[in-house]
Amino acid sequence: MKVSVNNTTHDLTGIDPSTPLLWVLRDHLNLVGTKFGCGISQCGACTVLIDDTAVKSCIYPISAVGDKDVTTIEGLASDEEELTPLQQAWVDVDVAQCGYCQAGQIMATEALLRENPNPTDADINTALAGHLCRCGTYLRVREAVKVAAKHRS
Amino acid sequence: MTTLDYSDIGKVIPRVLREDETTPTVFTEPQPPIKLDRRQFLKLTGLVGGGLMLSFAPLRKVRAQDGTVFSPNVFVKIDAEGILLYAPNPEIGQGVKTSLPMMLAEELDVAWEDVRVVQAPIDRAYGGQFAGGSMSTPTSWEPLRTAGATARHMLVEAAAQKWQVSADTLSTQNSMVKHASSNREISYRELAADAAKIAVPSRESIKFKDPKQYRLLGKRITGVDNDAIVRGKPLFGIDQMLPGLKYAVYQKCPAIGGTVKSANLDEVKKMPGVLQAGVLEGTGNAMEVLPGVFIIADSTWAAFQAKRALKVEWDENNASKDSWSETVTQASKLVEQAGNRTVDTGDVDAAFAANERQAEGYYKYFFVSHAPLEPQNCTAMFKDGELELWAPTQTPTWGMGPAARAAGIDQSKVKLNQLRCGGGFGRRLYNDFMCEAAAIAKNYPGVPVKLQWTREDDISYDLFRGGGFHKLRGCVDEQGKVVGWHNRHATITGDQGIGSGQFPMGMVDNLRVEHTGIDWKHRCAAWRAPGSNVFGFVLMSFLHELAHAGGRDHRDVLLELLGEERLMNRGGMHTGRAAACVKLATEKAGWTNKKEGRGLGVAFYYSHAGHIAEVAEVSVGDVEGTVTNRQGKSVQKRSLKVHKVTVAADVGPIINLSGAENQVQGSVVDGLSTMVDLAITFENGRVQETNFDKYRMLRMGETPEVEVHFINTGEHSPTGLGEPAFPPLAPAVGNAIFDACGYRVRTLPISEEGFYLV
Repeated sequence: MKVSVNNTTHDLTGIDPSTPLLWVLRDHLNLVGTKFGCGISQCGACTVLIDDTAVKSCIYPISAVGDKDVTTIEGLASDEEELTPLQQAWVDVDVAQCGYCQAGQIMATEALLRENPNPTDADINTALAGHLCRCGTYLRVREAVKVAAKHRS
Repeated sequence: MTTLDYSDIGKVIPRVLREDETTPTVFTEPQPPIKLDRRQFLKLTGLVGGGLMLSFAPLRKVRAQDGTVFSPNVFVKIDAEGILLYAPNPEIGQGVKTSLPMMLAEELDVAWEDVRVVQAPIDRAYGGQFAGGSMSTPTSWEPLRTAGATARHMLVEAAAQKWQVSADTLSTQNSMVKHASSNREISYRELAADAAKIAVPSRESIKFKDPKQYRLLGKRITGVDNDAIVRGKPLFGIDQMLPGLKYAVYQKCPAIGGTVKSANLDEVKKMPGVLQAGVLEGTGNAMEVLPGVFIIADSTWAAFQAKRALKVEWDENNASKDSWSETVTQASKLVEQAGNRTVDTGDVDAAFAANERQAEGYYKYFFVSHAPLEPQNCTAMFKDGELELWAPTQTPTWGMGPAARAAGIDQSKVKLNQLRCGGGFGRRLYNDFMCEAAAIAKNYPGVPVKLQWTREDDISYDLFRGGGFHKLRGCVDEQGKVVGWHNRHATITGDQGIGSGQFPMGMVDNLRVEHTGIDWKHRCAAWRAPGSNVFGFVLMSFLHELAHAGGRDHRDVLLELLGEERLMNRGGMHTGRAAACVKLATEKAGWTNKKEGRGLGVAFYYSHAGHIAEVAEVSVGDVEGTVTNRQGKSVQKRSLKVHKVTVAADVGPIINLSGAENQVQGSVVDGLSTMVDLAITFENGRVQETNFDKYRMLRMGETPEVEVHFINTGEHSPTGLGEPAFPPLAPAVGNAIFDACGYRVRTLPISEEGFYLV
């Protein structure tokens, strides 16, 4: 079994195909930016893109990825490159408190902005409704989404 | 199987950190925070006696102290390549990894862009390295400014010697020393080697900046880890990777205090990826290791699967039988009986006999869980009799002793690496997860093992905010002044009830508090703004009831109660600062100019040295039929929209405006989330809500607008902001609901009374 993550193909021979994508990313591929929060698709901390769709990787078996492309938070900008406008917006708006949920929020926003470059507040609320921020940074998350939308257009 | 006795499990819980304690800063953890007087501080930080700090524990690029590195104390390190500042306290989302180095940087007079901030190693030289009680800011203010100013002083002296001029003729700015009359300037980095040769000056010779000269403090500075966070770099405890790392889970009895009779270990050991499984008897201390079964596997998922297949027969003789529904029934009787009279001033009975205008209310609040988004975890390696830990904890130094005990070694054999915490809220003050990791690693020596709790573990084995019940009576005189107050309350055992510093002690002439303890086995401890987080709701809601009984404006009654400007006897609440917050919040929120169809509610609370008033603006929908609540009662269903919360806060001068606003906004969101629908219930000793499908936190669409105003009179030192903005929110919203529709909410969460957020 092979899977493409952030434009790199990984051989996953020997890994239980029912393993959720989250744990393959974290334990086997050392991509720990994608977070474990609940394990039942309630908090959104584990969100990644499969092609252009945001999915909760904690309940998504690795066998279901097939030949689609997985993008994680580490795949948005490589270390050497500048941040993407989306990431830069998160930095500039100073969204994070603990920061634990933010990778999931950012990946869900990436999916939103690919589909809807100019989202309204209501669009943002809907797109991010599946994402908990225990620190309560929702106002800044929404602001950062708008700043990112502006910079991408 | 076990010989240890867990029958008294409910009684070993440490006292929580409460601002109304008469003695300061008490966690009764094994190793109390090091509170240094200035002399000790100077000694530890190398500020006396000259020379470089010998116990300095370098990070990363280790460089010999060969005289090219200027490091006059453990917080500052400058060499030809750059300026390093050490953030001493655990980062749990309260922003101290940014704000504490800002204190250093201001007095050091460096350009923030020139600075690299790193997390300090765990070392006694840094003083009390903990994140709790909103204490990081007030306890760091003097030491860090002193450390920064001392380093600046020495850099100036080095330049003076280099240029053969008087130090008085030099100035600093943006990491440079300048000599205006000769138009010369030199960078701190170029001066580092020379500064390293300067004797460390005495504290008395160091001058702090005039706050008017501040270039950094009070500005909006973005978090130093923001770049790493948005790139998904390893930062948090859960992200710790090590060569050969294995993954562990630990199953404890769902009814806390139960011990292991038997388990299907042979079956579990045969499962794919499982490397080891075994029983831990526990340490006999509920704050360390409770009895259970550990499983070690070659991946987290394999460990989780094995945990699911694990079947344990528990001995529940001494286990929790806690039942919330029974407690609710029991408490309603307890508050009808006299309790332990903890406060009794004036003549309460006479006040009630003489004043007919009275109010009475029965308030209650459910248990809640901390539920930080990063479930508890800890990586541990036991090798050659030594233990190394990689832990996301709020109290690294206090965890090391218990972890050593759990591994059966001396604390001197423990090394702890502090990692960023994915939320704290008080949960990570307690290091049971660290102790478990230590005990498991002891059973699998030579290999690093990461213990990972599931979300279900994290909620089930939390140290909860306990539930409570208050029967309040009050009376007002003919002018509507509050003259009698009687609070009879029952809270879980171990909690002391309302302390002598809580509102409105010292403000009402005839005041009585009675308390009764309710036996409880599940562990309860500090939860964001302990005590105040529930008392604030009860007391500041009831005050509104009394204002209403007296036919008066709530704001006026609140200001009247605060009275003349004075510092209250216990705690640091100043009535003048309090009144200023109340006035500003109500003014900014349009208290006298309410919008049609909206309700406004105000509340003030003093906690953790912060004076904070909040005004909520809400609208309440019409009754939409009925809904059955957690107690099985049918209640009227209504929607609640919180449009806006206006906050006026006096926590002294603000260090980082961006971080401070974020803390206040987050506290408002947390306050609303918790008051509306968060509840933990117990039946037969078992927690009933163990994941976010049943423990439903607020989401983005329900978030109100939050307007924040800070008051700084210039007379006070800065205090913390992780907690004090939480307590006023629930009463402000509750009072606004009453203002909007005439219905008084007296239960937390208010979903118990049929309200849901829109």
